[in-house]
Amino acid sequence: MTQPATQQIPRAGYGGMSVSIAPAADPLPARRQSRVWRKLRRSPAALVGLVIVVFFVLVALLAPLLPLPGPAATDWMAVRKPPSLAHPFGTDEIGRDVLSRMVWGAQASLLAGVVSVTIAVLLGVPLGVVAGYRRGWTDAAISRLTEALLAAPFLILAIALAAFLGPSLSNAMIAIGLSAMPIFIRLARGQTLSVMTEDYVESAQAVGVGHLALIWRYILPNIFPPILVQATLTIATAIIAEASLSFLGLGQQPPAPSWGSMLNTAKNFLEQAPWMAMWPGLAIFLVVLGFNLLGDGLRDALDPRDH
Amino acid sequence: MLSFLGRRILIAIPTIILISIFVFGMQKLLPGDPVLVMAGEDRTPEMLAFLREKYRLNDPLYVQYFHWIGNALQGDLGISLRTRQPVLDLIAEKLPVTIQLSVMALIVALVIGIPAGVLSAYRKGTWIDWVANVVALSGLSIPNFWLGIMLILLASVNLGWLPASGYAPFTDDPLRSLETMLMPALVLGTALAATLMRHTRSAMLSVLQSDYVRTARAKGMAERTVLTKHALRNALVPIVTVTTLLFGELLAGAVLTEQIFTIPGFGKLVVDAVFTRDYAVVQGIVLCTGIAFMAMNILADAAYRLLNPRMRDA
Repeated sequence: MTQPATQQIPRAGYGGMSVSIAPAADPLPARRQSRVWRKLRRSPAALVGLVIVVFFVLVALLAPLLPLPGPAATDWMAVRKPPSLAHPFGTDEIGRDVLSRMVWGAQASLLAGVVSVTIAVLLGVPLGVVAGYRRGWTDAAISRLTEALLAAPFLILAIALAAFLGPSLSNAMIAIGLSAMPIFIRLARGQTLSVMTEDYVESAQAVGVGHLALIWRYILPNIFPPILVQATLTIATAIIAEASLSFLGLGQQPPAPSWGSMLNTAKNFLEQAPWMAMWPGLAIFLVVLGFNLLGDGLRDALDPRDH
Repeated sequence: MLSFLGRRILIAIPTIILISIFVFGMQKLLPGDPVLVMAGEDRTPEMLAFLREKYRLNDPLYVQYFHWIGNALQGDLGISLRTRQPVLDLIAEKLPVTIQLSVMALIVALVIGIPAGVLSAYRKGTWIDWVANVVALSGLSIPNFWLGIMLILLASVNLGWLPASGYAPFTDDPLRSLETMLMPALVLGTALAATLMRHTRSAMLSVLQSDYVRTARAKGMAERTVLTKHALRNALVPIVTVTTLLFGELLAGAVLTEQIFTIPGFGKLVVDAVFTRDYAVVQGIVLCTGIAFMAMNILADAAYRLLNPRMRDA
C-alpha cells in the first residue's frame, strides 16, 4: 500500500484547523458562467466559431426533417451532374444527391467528434486525477502508460487499432478516443498537481475531508475549465481523424454517408466531377475551424489571469 | 550531457517495453482464429496443428510475448503475409521515400512558419498579425488530404503544371524526384507551418518583452540586429524543441499524403498492410514509429539543453 496522499503534501506556514476552508465550487457557478459568456460574446472569433458549430449541430439533428432525397437514393438519370436547382451540390458517381449526403454525413462527423472525445475524457481524466492525487508509484505507472500511448502518432495508432478492431464508425470512434486519451491524462494530472498545492485543498485535507469527497468537491470543479477547453479543441482533431480514417476506408463504411469517404470516392472523379470533392472538404474545414475558434475563445474567456 | 542522455535512455526503457506489450496485444484483439486465416480455404486439421505449433499459439501468452520480443530485438519482426519479405526489410525499403517527403515538407514548414511567426509577433495587433493568425488557424483546420485533392485539381488537372502522382527515387533522377514530391511536400508542410507559426509567434512575443531586448534597443542597436541577433536567437530554443516534436504529425500526415499522391512510402505501406490484413507489417510499423518517437523526444530534450545555456550544467 502507498502512503496516504495527505502526508506527501508540503503544508508549511499554518496549522490545520485554524484555516478557513473555501466553499466547494460547483463546476462553473452561475456568476462565473455569466462572466464567461460575457467574455465569449465580446470575442468575434469565438462567436463565429459558436455559430458555425451550432449550425452544423442543427443540420445534423434536423437531417431527417429536411426536404431532401434520401442519402442512399440513386438516380441513374442524373449521374455526376454539376450543381443545379434540383441538386444544389450536384450528384455523385451513382446519381446520389451530394447535398443530402453532406447533411447526413454531418451526423457521422459530429457523432465521431463528440463520442470519441467523451471516451477520451471519461478514461483520461480519472487516470490523470488519480496520478496527480496519489503520486508515488501510481503516478509513475500512469505516466509511463501515457508516454507509451503518446509515442505512437495519433493517426498511426488509430489506423492500427481500426485495422485490428475491424473497419466501422464505432471502432473508429473507439480508436480515436483511445488515441486522444493521453492528452487528457496529462492535462488532468498536471492540473491536479497544481490544485493540490492550493490552500483550500490543504485546509480541506487538514480537517479530514475524505479522498473521494476531496476529489469530487474540490479538485474536479477546479480542473474542469481547462479540460473543457481541451475537449473542444480535441473535438476538432477528432473530426479530422474520423474524416482521415473514413478517407482511408477505415471509418464509416459505404453506402452510409461520411465526409471522409465521400472525398475518397471523389478523388477518382476529379476531372469529371470536381464538385464531388469540393463540398465535403469545405464542410470538414468549416466545422473544424468552428471548434478551433470556439476552443480558443473559451480558453481566453476561462483564463483566470484575465479577470 | 552523456550522463543526461544515459539517464533519459534508461527512463525510456520501461516505456518501450509498454509499447511492445501494446503492439503484441493488438493481434489478440483480432476476432477469430489467425491460423484459420493463414491456412486459407483448403485447410486440414494437420495443417492447423502445424501452424499453431509453428507460431507457438499453444503456449501461454507471456511465453508468446517473450518469443516475439526476443525475435524483435534481433531485428526479426516477422514476415509480410503479402510480399513474403521480412518486415524490417520492407520498412527499410520504404523509409527513404518518406524521409525525403518529410525533409521537404519540413523545409516548407520552416520557410513559411518561422518568418510568419516572427513578423506576426513583431507587428502584434496590426492587420499583418491578424492575417497571419487567420491563415495559421485555417491551416490547422484544413484536412490535409483535402488540400492535396484541391491542389491536384488546380495544379495538375486544370493547369497541368505538376504531375498528380508518381514517384522517382532521388538517386535515379533528382529533378523528376523533386518535381513529383513538390506538391506532396507543400501539402504536408503547410499544416506544420501553421503549428510552427503559432509557436514562433508566442516565443517571439515573450522574448520581445524581455529586458535584454529593451536594453539592446536603448543602446540604439539597429532594429534588424535586435530582431535577429537578440530576439530570434533566444526564441529559437522552444522552436527547435517544437520542431523535433513535430515528427509525429509529420509521419501521420505522410500516411495521408502518400495515399493521395500514390507515393510508395512508409504511409502507403501501413495502409496497404491494413487492407491486406498483413498484421505483422502493421505491428512492425507501430513498434518502429513508437521507438523512433521516443528517440526524437530524447533528441528534443538534448537539443533544449544544448541551446539553453542555463540548462547545460543542470
